[in-house]
Amino acid sequence: MRDFEYEAPMSLDDAVALLSGNPAAAKPLAGGTDLIDHIRTRRLEPDLVVDVKKIPDLNVLEFGDDGLRLGAAVPCYRIYGDPQVAAAYSALADSCRIIGGTQIQSRASVGGNLCNSGPAADSTPSLIALGARVVIAGPGGRREVAAEDFCTGPGQNVLESGELVVEIVFPARPAVGGSHYRRFIPRNEMDIAVVGVGAAVELDESGQSFVSARIALAAVAPTPLYVEAAGAALSGQPVSDEAIAAAADAAREAATPIDDMRGTVEFRKHISGVLTDRVIREAVARARGEETGYRIGQ
Amino acid sequence: MAKQRIVSTSINGNPVEFLAAPRQTLLEVLRDNLDLIGTKEGCSNGNCGACTVIFNGRPVDSCLVLAVEAEGGELETIEGVAPTDGLHVIQDAFLGQAALQCGICTPGFIMSTKALLEENASPSEDEIRFHLAGNLCRCTGYDKIVRAVQQAAEGVTN
Ligand SMILES: Cc1cc2nc3c(=O)[nH]c(=O)nc-3n(C[C@H](O)[C@H](O)[C@H](O)COP(=O)(O)OP(=O)(O)OC[C@H]3O[C@@H](n4cnc5c(N)ncnc54)[C@H](O)[C@@H]3O)c2cc1C
Ligand code: FES
Ligand code: FES
Repeated sequence: MRDFEYEAPMSLDDAVALLSGNPAAAKPLAGGTDLIDHIRTRRLEPDLVVDVKKIPDLNVLEFGDDGLRLGAAVPCYRIYGDPQVAAAYSALADSCRIIGGTQIQSRASVGGNLCNSGPAADSTPSLIALGARVVIAGPGGRREVAAEDFCTGPGQNVLESGELVVEIVFPARPAVGGSHYRRFIPRNEMDIAVVGVGAAVELDESGQSFVSARIALAAVAPTPLYVEAAGAALSGQPVSDEAIAAAADAAREAATPIDDMRGTVEFRKHISGVLTDRVIREAVARARGEETGYRIGQ
Repeated sequence: MAKQRIVSTSINGNPVEFLAAPRQTLLEVLRDNLDLIGTKEGCSNGNCGACTVIFNGRPVDSCLVLAVEAEGGELETIEGVAPTDGLHVIQDAFLGQAALQCGICTPGFIMSTKALLEENASPSEDEIRFHLAGNLCRCTGYDKIVRAVQQAAEGVTN
């Protein structure tokens, strides 16, 4: 591998100082499951790698009445391994259970998945569906952006030089709420999404009508895609085949995929609708506390 | 060139210090500097699992860990699996079920299996296949590996 320096600061201030001292040439390292491969293949050529895993702020996993705080460097296995988080933010847990295999999940973080900013990132649609905000620190202080505004193009995002993501904050889940993420891949596991869909729904007390919903797609646009119209098609409607079909249509319309070896435009648009339908139904069942047949790899 | 650093770790229960440049992966250092060549290199990009070691209790691909990240950590490699006399139940089960042919994937499968059984002593076939999805084998077709893990699980629980 190409030569570089390595630092592992213990505080956020030290990390910001190191990153902003070498803005063009420094890269944060979380789980390394993207970064180390990108250095090896020379897609990235940092002179300084700043390991952010020892910074306490980036390791927070705090679940409470006012929501969830997820440190940017927390690895996937800690997220789905926390029963409260997995129950309340199940779309997030679904995503973390399918990023790579067990070895990857020991290391890979949601912050790294977000900052790598791939269109097919499996956790970003869940962040968007669950209404998460991304907390950024840099030489100019702290700022926050909504998860759907973070990525700006393939491999591109809103981070300015010297900035890093500290944590991702999620609002509290509603009393009758459910969420789910699912992707289509030709294998059962260890593959890149052809299409992925995340949805979070809030139902009324009876569980028969949608109060609100948020839906986001992976791998059908240059960035993870928030489809506001799909959520709007559900809000205020009874839970019905018609409302769900309207949301699936909105997702299919919003998708602007490319043709590649994983799928054609036509196939990806079709699957966007099919998965949106299934993911909404699963989220509704979870909101109602019904047993569902979902199992990873389906 | 970036300066080499002294990295202090425990490997298979023994304190070990080694010198590593930041650009060296843990896999490279294990094999090339420490002569622990039981850990294999297949793809070097996280897909095959041949390089699996247990790092602070979790299975990881050592090709995706920088050696300098091991500072203060605990590592288990295939060399530490067998007791001083004989074989570990997982190794016995792989032999008993003929769960290997060329053997390049086997150390990785054994480390992943060890991590699985420490977390879940009686996994279902689905759980075994899912947990081992990050380990590839070009020879066996996997069924014999799954049977070996099932045999080992019985050995661990009995
Ligand atoms: C075999 C294999 C299978 C995979 N399968 C999947 C999959 O199924 N789905 C999927 O979505 N991805 C998959 N990936 C990609 C990767 O594992 C994920 O994107 C992972 O979440 C990256 O997290 P990380 O902590 O390892 O990030 P790193 O590799 O450490 O970092 C990724 C990028 O983000 C930057 N970065 C990291 N943390 C921060 C921060 N706090 N602030 C600013 N920048 C930061 C780094 O500089 C780097 O550019 C796979 C990778 C491999 C090798
Ligand atoms: S050599 Fe590390 S996963 Fe293949
Ligand atoms: S035995 Fe040859 S790769 Fe598995």
